[in-house]
Amino acid sequence: MHAPDGFLNAGTAVATGVVSAGTIGMALRQLKQTMSEKVVPVAGITAAFIFAAQMFNFPVAAGTTGHLMGGALAAILLGPHLGALVVTVVVAVQALFFADGGLTALGYNILNMAIVPAYGGYALFGIFKRILPNGRGGIVGATALAAWGSVVLSAAAFSIQWLFGATAPIPFTRVFAAMVGVHVLIGIGEAVISALAVGAVLASRPDLVHGAKGVALGEGTGKVPMRVFVIGGVLVSLAFATIVSQFAVDNPDGLEWVAETEGFAEQGAEHAWSDFLFADYATRGIENETLSLAIAGIVGTLITLLVAWGILRAFRERSPGATA
Amino acid sequence: MGAGHAHALYVHEHSPIHAASPEAKVAAVLLFVLSVAITPPLQAWAFGVYAVLLASALVVGRIPLRFFLLRLVGILPFILLALMVPFVGSGERIDLGWVSVSREGLWAAWGIIAKATLGAGAAIVLVATTEVPAVLAGLRTLKVPSVLVAIAGFMIRYLELIADEMGRMRQAMTARGHDPRWLWQARPIASASGALFVRAYERGERVHSAMMARGYTGEMPVLEERETPVASWLAVLAGPMVAAVVAVIAVVGS
Repeated sequence: MHAPDGFLNAGTAVATGVVSAGTIGMALRQLKQTMSEKVVPVAGITAAFIFAAQMFNFPVAAGTTGHLMGGALAAILLGPHLGALVVTVVVAVQALFFADGGLTALGYNILNMAIVPAYGGYALFGIFKRILPNGRGGIVGATALAAWGSVVLSAAAFSIQWLFGATAPIPFTRVFAAMVGVHVLIGIGEAVISALAVGAVLASRPDLVHGAKGVALGEGTGKVPMRVFVIGGVLVSLAFATIVSQFAVDNPDGLEWVAETEGFAEQGAEHAWSDFLFADYATRGIENETLSLAIAGIVGTLITLLVAWGILRAFRERSPGATA
Repeated sequence: MGAGHAHALYVHEHSPIHAASPEAKVAAVLLFVLSVAITPPLQAWAFGVYAVLLASALVVGRIPLRFFLLRLVGILPFILLALMVPFVGSGERIDLGWVSVSREGLWAAWGIIAKATLGAGAAIVLVATTEVPAVLAGLRTLKVPSVLVAIAGFMIRYLELIADEMGRMRQAMTARGHDPRWLWQARPIASASGALFVRAYERGERVHSAMMARGYTGEMPVLEERETPVASWLAVLAGPMVAAVVAVIAVVGS
């Protein structure tokens, strides 16, 4: 996911850069108020933890391994603001010092790997925590579902940026299906590891789990409730259904056929500067215009709402806590 | 994934690039990667110029080619991805005898590979010729928010320690016969990462108390203030400025 330089076009890089810088600036201001001078050492060392955790390979199947992305885990353990900030620093250091991901790609890499998973994952965590029974098992189960969702959200966010900033003639629908499809599976590993890690922290230092604040951990059986597996199963099947439907309509639709036969396909002659800001591939990449735009619109709105809700939640939690 | 050893990123040498001021070098790398990123792949000549510029930086900076190539492995996944593009891309097909590829896809793949290599290459040259504290000082001079720079500095400083701690946990698990093959055997690894988090967070709090005891107020002290003369700014930025001019010509001419 560490996209290299020039992987998306300049306009997308600038737009995502502005969004990322604004969000991280907001998180930083908030943390300076609530954590004051503690933010530097604690964020720095937990960032080292996230970096190390990403190197912690876990087995997937038959000798293949995967590794954690850690956005949702960081948000649930540290709170969304600190979680997003910590993963942002990890991504930036990986780009500058480890040549892992491009420097001009930082805007979208930070958005997809830090901001969307941390705030979006935290919003999902809040939703699932409410649905699941109270107590230790509920927190662990909600972590699993939120971690899975955060990885899928991240893949979907990248696909939507591809719609605007494609640099290769691969249609949005195909990128979306491939990215989300692969990450529906990768997310299962992320879910298992994040949930077990949060469970381990709950066992020794429950006060360090931000997401468990105000939850009576003694309640309930402590076992992960069956509902987690039911919801998880439904979500995974839903995601797969969406992807399969993508492949089913992966041929040119009526509108494009009309455009070609009527000859107005060539009318859309772009010039260098519009190319520069909005990739011509993107518009050409839409094989099934209505459906692509509908999917992009719905998924994009969903991601934005979740991230915004995560941010709002983070602020709501802070204000009473700050005076206490 | 790069190994967690920051000192393995630096090439101990004495060259004009090693001696140059870090903020100028950071600015130069940014200007260079920006130029690379905006250049349309069809303007192949521009990438030739960039490659020559990067190669001369390698020579002047006395960076061994082997070291450089080994550090480039980070972009391999994207090179593999790019190599798939011509086969799955849409548009006009070119027949290669046994297989047909998309013409646009070929150009796109070339663009992704060229930009990824040049962009990562520039970052590798920077870190190979500049020690980590100097890069951080350079970022601060370039007005990157000082809290972010301080957090990044702490992260790099403690990375080896935390990674070593993780290595020891893993060794202990292996010594006790832990050899997982499947995801459902991953519980010890996950619990270990939970334990690692608790240790890291507690270490952060200990370090914070130690800093408070030494009079920390929330701002990291700046050890030395230096002014970079305009002439050395220009010397370092000369190459990237050529790249920027090339990029403008390439964008306008496309």
